[in-house]
Amino acid sequence: MDIWNQFVQLFFSGLTVGSIYALVALGFVITYSITGILNLSQGDFAMLGALICISFVNSGFPFVIAILLSVVLVMIIGGLFERSAIHPARYSSTATLIIITIGAAFVFRGIAIFVWGTQPYALRPFTGNDSLQIFGAVIQTQNIWAIGISLVSLAVLYFFFNKTYMGKAVTACVVNPFAARLMGIQPLKMSFGAIVISAGLGALAGIIIAPISGASYDMGVMIGLKAFIAAVIGGLTNAPAAIAGAFIIGILEAFTEGYFSSGYKDAISFGLLLLVLFFMPNGIFAKASGKRV
Amino acid sequence: MGLDLKKIYNGSTKGSLLVAVILLGLPLVFSTNNYLLSTLIMIGFYTIVSTGLTLLMGYAGQISLGQAAFYGIGAYTSAYFTTHFGLSPWLAMIVGAILAAMVAFVIGIPAFRLREHYLALATLGFGVIVFTFFKEWKEITGGLNGFFGIPPISLFGITIQTDFQFYYLVWVFALIGILFARNIVQSRIGRALLSIHGSEIAANSLGVNITKYKLQMFMISAIYAAVAGSLYAHYVTFINPQLFEMITSIYFLIMVVIGGAGSVWGGLIGAAVYVCLGELLKEIVPLFIPNAGGEFEIVFFGILLVIMLIYMPNGLSRSVPKIVKRLLPAWHRKNESMLVSENENASSIGGERL
Repeated sequence: MDIWNQFVQLFFSGLTVGSIYALVALGFVITYSITGILNLSQGDFAMLGALICISFVNSGFPFVIAILLSVVLVMIIGGLFERSAIHPARYSSTATLIIITIGAAFVFRGIAIFVWGTQPYALRPFTGNDSLQIFGAVIQTQNIWAIGISLVSLAVLYFFFNKTYMGKAVTACVVNPFAARLMGIQPLKMSFGAIVISAGLGALAGIIIAPISGASYDMGVMIGLKAFIAAVIGGLTNAPAAIAGAFIIGILEAFTEGYFSSGYKDAISFGLLLLVLFFMPNGIFAKASGKRV
Repeated sequence: MGLDLKKIYNGSTKGSLLVAVILLGLPLVFSTNNYLLSTLIMIGFYTIVSTGLTLLMGYAGQISLGQAAFYGIGAYTSAYFTTHFGLSPWLAMIVGAILAAMVAFVIGIPAFRLREHYLALATLGFGVIVFTFFKEWKEITGGLNGFFGIPPISLFGITIQTDFQFYYLVWVFALIGILFARNIVQSRIGRALLSIHGSEIAANSLGVNITKYKLQMFMISAIYAAVAGSLYAHYVTFINPQLFEMITSIYFLIMVVIGGAGSVWGGLIGAAVYVCLGELLKEIVPLFIPNAGGEFEIVFFGILLVIMLIYMPNGLSRSVPKIVKRLLPAWHRKNESMLVSENENASSIGGERL
């Protein structure tokens, strides 16, 4: 029975981490689809969200308000980042834009050090320290919250992109920017929107994970990179596949940590990244299409 | 790819010689100042790595976010083979370089079939994996505790131990590296790479084997990094995994961006500016923020990186000749061919965006 308990336990922690990666990975996919930029500072939105939220909670704001305020604040930061760093360089080469996002990640991390220092902070769980018994395994309620909030956000985004005018306009830019412009949609505004939405998603992810693994100025690095791997596994432009990729990475990591060694956890995720890049560069869920350039 | 002496001596010798003379004369002036010498030695290591990376970024148009891994492979190979097998540091350095080139080959073959941002990702992943092995493979690397007791390098029976001696060793390597890079750039490979830069499709239709040249550049840049890593290991005699983290790869990238990837001198300029600014920050910032640690550096370089890429995407190596041109018109006229051949052809990083 113990083996089974451990399995369920690891599976749930994998799902939790996977749902965090899913939110950030979705940000990658949205940004990449619309702007063609791999935003390597994506994970730092999660860090900013978590730390800002902790500050609000500590200064006495009600929990829900603190969460909303910090998400909005990070979205504003995302917008400023787009206007000040991405927009002026929009005609540069892809490589240059990638390096710019690396620079931005440095700046975010540095600002976080100035404001919060290098020590880690804790956020209290959303609904106390209760735990549930599921199949004999003890699951913290925060894990359920994390998975639930992620799934709801993903559903809302699905609705946004497929049912609303705004969402369809965004999708149009992804499919064919030139045609979209002819129809009166402005891809440049969409670039702004994409990064703002991604920033919000990242912030939410950071706030959800903060009660589980704490928050510190450098937490964004690995969240961002893992989400990145998830997005690549999914093929970078395919949102549902990226989400599936995120859960695969999360579960793979949890099991590596539980059964093998935590030291090699990162190497295994990145090994998977290399395998996918080398053998299935369109993602593991891509159907074989006859399209060749 | 051998050294084509005729091309090296062609036209642009004076500028290069001037730089060489200044570099080789510097320690005679500052020989008593160990702080300055060790700073100049660090610039030397970084110059070697970033010259290799300049070749890859400026001329092959590819970015590598895993250069620290090759730097580390050189360092750990030197450390391991000299301490465990008693191999001469020179042989260990060659082994490290060959190993790095082989690893670059294995990673490069599948990676160069990918488009440029996927290559960035692949090298990033590769860097993290190699770092994990440096950290976890304790029998070979000593894990997080690091690797102690790496023997110093010796030349003609002289053990190179003082900073004064090591300065010459590292800068001879750096200058040979720059010379070699110039040679590559002005050779058939360099022209082929420039054609790839202009248009991959056109180059391909002219029979240029794009993948082969990119792969060669990647391997050469790996060798540069490995040699610098070996030298570093024999200089400090102690290494640990943190030296070869992802952030180090990004610092190398910053040097190339500051220096400008369009010229073989970009690596040297970038490394010098990076190290000098870093040292300057260490002096200045505590005056304003008493409790500041080393972290403010990353903010500063982050902002600098973004600003450079937006407003000066070709880096300092293109701006410096312009300033020189204004200040020293006579000197410039004699060296016109160098400036034209170096600065007008290659663009900064990656191709133009379509």
